[in-house]
Amino acid sequence: MSERATSTYPDSTEESTDEKPTRRPVTNGAQSVVRALENAGVKHLFGVQGGAIMPVYDALYDSEMTHVTMAHEQSASHAADAYGIVSGSPGVCLATSGPGATNLVTGIADANMDSDPMIALTGQVPSDMVGSDAFQETDTTGVTAPITKANYFASDTDTVGDVVGEAFAMAASGRQGPTLVDLPKDITNAPTDREPGPGRTPSTYNPRTDPDPEEVSAAASALAGAKKPVILAGGGVIKANATEQLSEFAIEHEIPVVTTMPAVGAFPEDHPLSMEMAGMHGTGYANMAITHCDVMLAVGTRFDDRLTGGIDTFAPEAEIIHIDIDPAEVSKNIYADYPVIGDAGTALTRLYDAMANEPDADDWREQCQTWKDEYPMDYQTPEDEPLKPQFVVEAFDAVTDDDTIITTGVGQHQMWAVQYWTFKQPRTWVSSHGLGTMGYGLPAAIGARLAARDDQTIISFEGDGSFLMTLQELSVAVRDHMDITVAVLNNKYIGMVRQWQDAFFEGRHSASEYGWCPEFDKLAEAFGAKGFRVDEYDEVADTIEAALAYDGPSVIDFHIDPAANVYPMVASGAANGRFALSEDQL
Amino acid sequence: MTQGLQGPRPEERPHPEGRRNAQGERIDPVQEAKQETRQATVSALVKHEPGVLSLVSGLFSRRQFNIESLTVGPTTVDGHARITLVVEETDAGIDQIKKQLAKLKPSIAVGELGTDAVRAELVLLKVQGHEPDKVHAITQMYEGQTLDAGPRTITVQITGDQRKIDDAVDAFRQFGIIEIARTGQTALARGDTPTTPGESPAASAESTASETQNSSNTQQ
Ligand SMILES: Cc1ncc(C[n+]2csc(CCOP(=O)(O)OP(=O)(O)O)c2C)c(N)n1
Repeated sequence: MSERATSTYPDSTEESTDEKPTRRPVTNGAQSVVRALENAGVKHLFGVQGGAIMPVYDALYDSEMTHVTMAHEQSASHAADAYGIVSGSPGVCLATSGPGATNLVTGIADANMDSDPMIALTGQVPSDMVGSDAFQETDTTGVTAPITKANYFASDTDTVGDVVGEAFAMAASGRQGPTLVDLPKDITNAPTDREPGPGRTPSTYNPRTDPDPEEVSAAASALAGAKKPVILAGGGVIKANATEQLSEFAIEHEIPVVTTMPAVGAFPEDHPLSMEMAGMHGTGYANMAITHCDVMLAVGTRFDDRLTGGIDTFAPEAEIIHIDIDPAEVSKNIYADYPVIGDAGTALTRLYDAMANEPDADDWREQCQTWKDEYPMDYQTPEDEPLKPQFVVEAFDAVTDDDTIITTGVGQHQMWAVQYWTFKQPRTWVSSHGLGTMGYGLPAAIGARLAARDDQTIISFEGDGSFLMTLQELSVAVRDHMDITVAVLNNKYIGMVRQWQDAFFEGRHSASEYGWCPEFDKLAEAFGAKGFRVDEYDEVADTIEAALAYDGPSVIDFHIDPAANVYPMVASGAANGRFALSEDQL
Repeated sequence: MTQGLQGPRPEERPHPEGRRNAQGERIDPVQEAKQETRQATVSALVKHEPGVLSLVSGLFSRRQFNIESLTVGPTTVDGHARITLVVEETDAGIDQIKKQLAKLKPSIAVGELGTDAVRAELVLLKVQGHEPDKVHAITQMYEGQTLDAGPRTITVQITGDQRKIDDAVDAFRQFGIIEIARTGQTALARGDTPTTPGESPAASAESTASETQNSSNTQQ
């Protein structure tokens, strides 16, 4: 153990339990770090102990905040990321130096791609050993510079709490994202009595929230003149808490709404104006709508290539209005004819006010409805064939509330979940979009569980491959008695890879068969969770009911049709309007 | 039993005629617009703190921007530094470079310099010392200075805009250049125009505790 394993507070024994706990004075850097988090309103943290971070954990010992010890740091960063998505406020993860910090990296990169608010605190070797390749030393700020919104190397005990406050504020403001503070052990251990001040973003960071009125009026007249308008809602709509403004805008002006994957839930998918998700595995009608529109109102999206398909054929005849808080996203991938820099909610409200008339688009709306009829989302369910994954997703949807939260791994199961679940509320779809990280689902469910209300159901749809990557976190769910249902859509393949091998590599299944998968129901029982297994259609409903009724973590191993594939599909770089409905159309 | 996905096959669907170019701009589908690159000088006023330069160079390598030269040095304001970058990119690329630079947390202001800006570069040239008089004559012609002259080598310094430096290097070739070190271009806007928008040299650097005491890196 390190030199400072216990805390010594002279007055700690005298504290009476029925009085409101008085705040202890800060006596060292680590306590200042913890105080900064408390000041920021943090309730939960996710992490794993270790030498260089021990002073911070020691300070946490006396804090009201709840620390969730994860089985692996990667899960700590995913849990914090999901916590940020569901709560809207930065999730916090901690790790020790070296391997602890590098294990956080995947989750930090994931949060960065999806602009999720998150703060990571990493221990570091003592300052005088930095640069010497000391035991468990990694250049953490160097490693994470390209995948954080801001990162900090703390070098002064008196200000370390202020730095944490600033990092927290940075993660939450403007275009959200992950920040990191690297904490050398001598800095956290050294004495200080300085209380951190309120967390503020640095003077050089002033994102524009109120858009330029001229930009708004130019955009408004372009949109008012549209014959075939479409709204493309991106994840920024949810991040900016602008879903109400979006709905009002769309409904008032009767403009069909397409979402990107991170924006699923931003607009109710059962609304007649909803075209649901566009892109590689988006609906046929969404992809038709974005291909044929003449004006696209894009809000808070970075035009990822899984959305756009080939740039040359993306909305090829549309004038683009692009609302974004980050100027660098505007005209990065798709040129914006009408840039509007600002907060999504504010910009939508201004645009709403500036619209002289609503677009004259009756024919277009009718066309959009026709596409919905022409390209329905459907799947085959012959009773004598193996279970279809889409059926499982729909069966869960049928018996749960609108505010049920879905998390996923990455692969086919993720796509079936997003396609066959009808999302109606923001912050109920928690998935790894930009980075596409297998293993995201279970730790994300743990983060979501703690951020959600107790009456919200949490379901994680997993692939067998994805689940295997982080299933050790079942131990955490069991230990802390978390009510989570894991639905493994088990096809004994890393299915998305097999699908691509079938389509593009002549069916050569190189390293994609997972025939040696464990029996997940038994594994769940070994962890102390409840395990179920389903092979037949007629077991589905009852098992779902039993798993949801079980108070604690449960795992259902659904043995699904191993040959099931995800369609529609736009081949990478192809035109969205040329989506394939089956393999022979690729 | 339901049917699975239905709908017209890809080739049976209507498709728009329009196209976009690699920069995502709508273009005439018949004549493909080829984007030309141009040279731009970008000036970034930044907080002078550890890690800034690696942040900037990391940004350039990560985003595959083509960088010609980069110079950096302090300004009159304590705690501020100016980074001057010469890049060769399309208009869209230059726009993106400026926006990405502006996103870095230590970055205070970013501007692109006009063609009339004042630019200079410094080069040190070490040439063979066989013909000292001729070397001296060329050095004078380019208003340079001799920094070191020995029996075997002569080292001179030339400053000026890129064209002058290129010409001088050419002129010295006849003596046999042994070594060369160029600083890369640095530049300021001409006259009253601030080099980066809103820049006022009189203003003193504000500093927060974290900015003076802790190094930091940022991307939005
Ligand atoms: C960490 C990580 N490694 C590899 C991949 C590449 N990859 C994408 S999808 C996929 C298959 C996922 O298999 P599984 O989790 O079983 O889900 P399924 O597609 O079968 O539903 C793989 C290997 C990835 N996305 N993430």
